[in-house]
Amino acid sequence: MITSAMGSATDWTEVRDDFPILSSVNARGQRLVYLDSAASSQKPISVIEALDRYYRETNANIHRGVYDLSERATAQYEAARATVADFINAASPREVIFVRNATEAINLVAQSWGRRNIGAGDLIVVTTMDHHSNIVPWQLLAEERGARVAAVRLTPDGQLDLDHYRGLLAEQPKLVAFPHVSNGLGTINPAAEMIRLTHDAGAVVMLDGAQSVPHMPVDVQALDADFLAFSGHKMLGPMGSGALYGKRALLEAMPPALGGGGMIRKVTLEQSTWADVPARFEAGTPAVADAVGLGAAIEYLQAVGMEHIAAHERALTARALEALREVPDLTIYGPADPAVHAGVISFTLGDIHPHDVAAILNEENVAVRAGHHCCQPLMQWLGVPATTRASFYLYNVDEDIDRLLSALHRARAIFAA
Amino acid sequence: MSDSVYREAILDHSRNPRNKGTLEPSDFTYEDVNPLCGDEIRIDVRTDGERVTEIRFSGRGCAISQAAASMLTEMVEGRPLDEVKAISRDDMLEELGVPISPARMKCAMLGLKVLKAGIYGVSPADEAL
Repeated sequence: MITSAMGSATDWTEVRDDFPILSSVNARGQRLVYLDSAASSQKPISVIEALDRYYRETNANIHRGVYDLSERATAQYEAARATVADFINAASPREVIFVRNATEAINLVAQSWGRRNIGAGDLIVVTTMDHHSNIVPWQLLAEERGARVAAVRLTPDGQLDLDHYRGLLAEQPKLVAFPHVSNGLGTINPAAEMIRLTHDAGAVVMLDGAQSVPHMPVDVQALDADFLAFSGHKMLGPMGSGALYGKRALLEAMPPALGGGGMIRKVTLEQSTWADVPARFEAGTPAVADAVGLGAAIEYLQAVGMEHIAAHERALTARALEALREVPDLTIYGPADPAVHAGVISFTLGDIHPHDVAAILNEENVAVRAGHHCCQPLMQWLGVPATTRASFYLYNVDEDIDRLLSALHRARAIFAA
Repeated sequence: MSDSVYREAILDHSRNPRNKGTLEPSDFTYEDVNPLCGDEIRIDVRTDGERVTEIRFSGRGCAISQAAASMLTEMVEGRPLDEVKAISRDDMLEELGVPISPARMKCAMLGLKVLKAGIYGVSPADEAL
């Protein structure tokens, strides 16, 4: 890799060359244009090699092994935790819990913090733009505890209605769950301001960072986030890697969500006591190699530089928004201002069903997603059953937008009556 | 492009669906959705006890689901109910005449699933396929 955090003139096509899958071609020789990073990112060779190296040289179960191999595996696992903590500027690696994905992270908070702190009649606030993973766990909890769930409305251009939000805060919710960046609209929410308002109202914040942590600098201390969930596989890491950040005082007051090995202090047949955090929340053998791979992914991102990546994606998004506006019959959802529109662009093309658009794009080897994006309440608000969604990452280049545009014109031509 | 699913027959049925509408009263009516794409198909059928005398479909969704349902109505109109019951997944694919990827199979089969469910008067149409 030739890029550096200080490099002013990164050649993004050389970044792309670090990702083996992106050099693949279809039967007609068309290079893959991967525009579905909001669903899952591709992996650089350094991450693939880290997994390979772990299994060749280090594999053993961690903790309590007295032999060298287990000690090395343990050290690598904990080093990965420290890398994650550093990446989001957590005060301590103890505030980082390894999970499979953001969904599991949020469910952990709901099942542990939620069962301890949410009671009958309590209010939980979510938003109309949340991913199902930041809605359904709270609905399950609310049903169990007799609590209620209310959703923040959206402004016409797909931003959170902060006046409505202030009104909900006046009802003194116990917890507020919202996405840092919307996976269905690309909206960048004013997380720092919302967290300040939330804390002023005495509530705890569950911030869904699945679409922000991979793409922009995220500092949990500057944000003052209580909980932050994100998925490793969306940030160049292995499938099945992810993390939950929680403020140490909150985590230490929480009961385990899963019982088993590794999370205990002492077990008798009558009762058990719990290990300190974060081990308390990591019952059973964890995905050690995947955590190590996530560490390698973060090292790659840090070498390129998160500010640098964010600027690259802003430029791609601005260019794409401008170009897509020129396509007849194409409707773009979400904010028009690229300053609050991350590299996730949801659109519909006339009356053509989003799945047909995506299928025709696929025939041109352009990979986009079509559907409800696990945001059915958002689709209901938009008044459409589905959208087509193109999303960018550091390995995308201007040529990818050109390929997207030409494939969209082909879709229009095919469906023109 | 020879491997495209969007060939003229599919596009023609998608743009100009045959037997689109409803029948009231009908001898049976059934509807279902494909949760993956959100496709919706309803099929209304009149019979003389032995044959399908009239059939209409309605709904919305992707071009594959709507074109397949349209083609299906042409396949079964006037045919004996026993023959309609025997229509297989492969028969439907042959009629479509284009390569259907696994991801779009539910779109392509939704109309047949709904028709079978209606004709058997039961829901386990997946098994019937």
